Amino acid sequence: MAAERGDPSTRTYGRRAFIAVTAFGLSSLLWGRPLWDVVSRGVQPLSSALPEGLVPSQGWRIYTVASSMPSFDPRTWRLKVDGLVSQPHSFTYAQLRSLPRTEQVSTFHCVTGWSVADVRWTGVRLRDLLSIVRPRATARVLSFVSAEKPYVDTLTLAQASLDDVLLAYEMDGKPLPRAHGAPVRLVIPEMYGYKNVKWVERIVLEHDAVPGYWEQRGYDTDAWVGRSNGL
Amino acid sequence: MTPTPGSVGRTGSDGGLIRRFSPTERALHWVHASAFLALLATGLVLYVPALSELVARRPLVKDAHLFTALAWIAALALVVGLGDRPGLRRTLGEIDRFDDDDLRWLRGRKAPQGRFNAGQKLNAVLTSSFALLFAVSGLLLWLGERDTRFRFGSTLLLHDALMYASVGLLVGHLYLAVIHPTTRHALRGITRGDVRRDWALEHHRTWAERARSPGP
Repeated sequence: MAAERGDPSTRTYGRRAFIAVTAFGLSSLLWGRPLWDVVSRGVQPLSSALPEGLVPSQGWRIYTVASSMPSFDPRTWRLKVDGLVSQPHSFTYAQLRSLPRTEQVSTFHCVTGWSVADVRWTGVRLRDLLSIVRPRATARVLSFVSAEKPYVDTLTLAQASLDDVLLAYEMDGKPLPRAHGAPVRLVIPEMYGYKNVKWVERIVLEHDAVPGYWEQRGYDTDAWVGRSNGL
Repeated sequence: MTPTPGSVGRTGSDGGLIRRFSPTERALHWVHASAFLALLATGLVLYVPALSELVARRPLVKDAHLFTALAWIAALALVVGLGDRPGLRRTLGEIDRFDDDDLRWLRGRKAPQGRFNAGQKLNAVLTSSFALLFAVSGLLLWLGERDTRFRFGSTLLLHDALMYASVGLLVGHLYLAVIHPTTRHALRGITRGDVRRDWALEHHRTWAERARSPGP
């Protein structure tokens, strides 16, 4: 064995390759994401040619916390807006869609490191909804309660009043798919995906709110993209 | 019916069987293979949108993925702990060293090969490196969900890229082990431990010439 090891015609390429590949892989924790952002623009046409849902071709991954996804029945579905408001409301799907319609194109960022560029959202500006229910002076926080129990997340009144904060009922020109929160999800592109509550069925205005689902698990309440969660 | 030395050839023109893989090596291979497939299946449910939607029970699948990973590491440690460690060290040495024939083989020329040919050595090196990287990135994903300090923007990307690379390796490995007519006899080696001597002389001459038949 010792003689073989000393044999000049054999080289310990195995361990060297192991170390090189492992080091390369570990170093990608530093440069993987910036590189991917450049490369993915190049492969975008290629990957979007694949059938939808086969690979995360458009970049979407479907994250859920409950054992089943809520299903949407337009006849029974309601969006309740209550709490510290002068005019509590319960909107049907048709009523919600008859409110002033707005559209935006934005990038969706997940805190786990994936993003989807140029998503076209259509829906109701949250500010417009608030002008209907009229928050009381004591209201500070909005809780967005999902039909997917026990998911909930919050925004301050100031955050919720930003220009591009929507309750979206369409995505890329089509009714919001079930996996993306049908019929209505919150969209706040300035914040990571976990603030963009899917399957919203109730909005409660409060003075103090219970922390959201992921906030209870250590994530930041103010989830600004690039300026929170240690990223 | 006691075979006299050199007369193993009575079983036919194949010249008898020789042992290629020890029980420890086979156990290691199959622990890794089954864990990989279980991790791949649960991982794909977490990753592929259509499957995530179909299965839906994400927290359950996530737990299954996590516990499979723990069971995989524990089982590997158990096999190494209870198995033939000196034998494994020798195997590691074989995989580590590339001789001139290996380099010729890698350049696409015909050259006599050891118990592992150069491609198999590379496959073993990549598979173990990927396993380590999978474990590290998986651990970081788990920790990152609990503590900001372990959260990196590229962890998930590394974990995903490893999946694609590993599936690529697996497809090639399965083709050679199960489908390709001249190499698929190797499957017998990893399931039952021994292979035909004439096959070994053809594909792994350097080793087969020195190897003895399995015990009497």
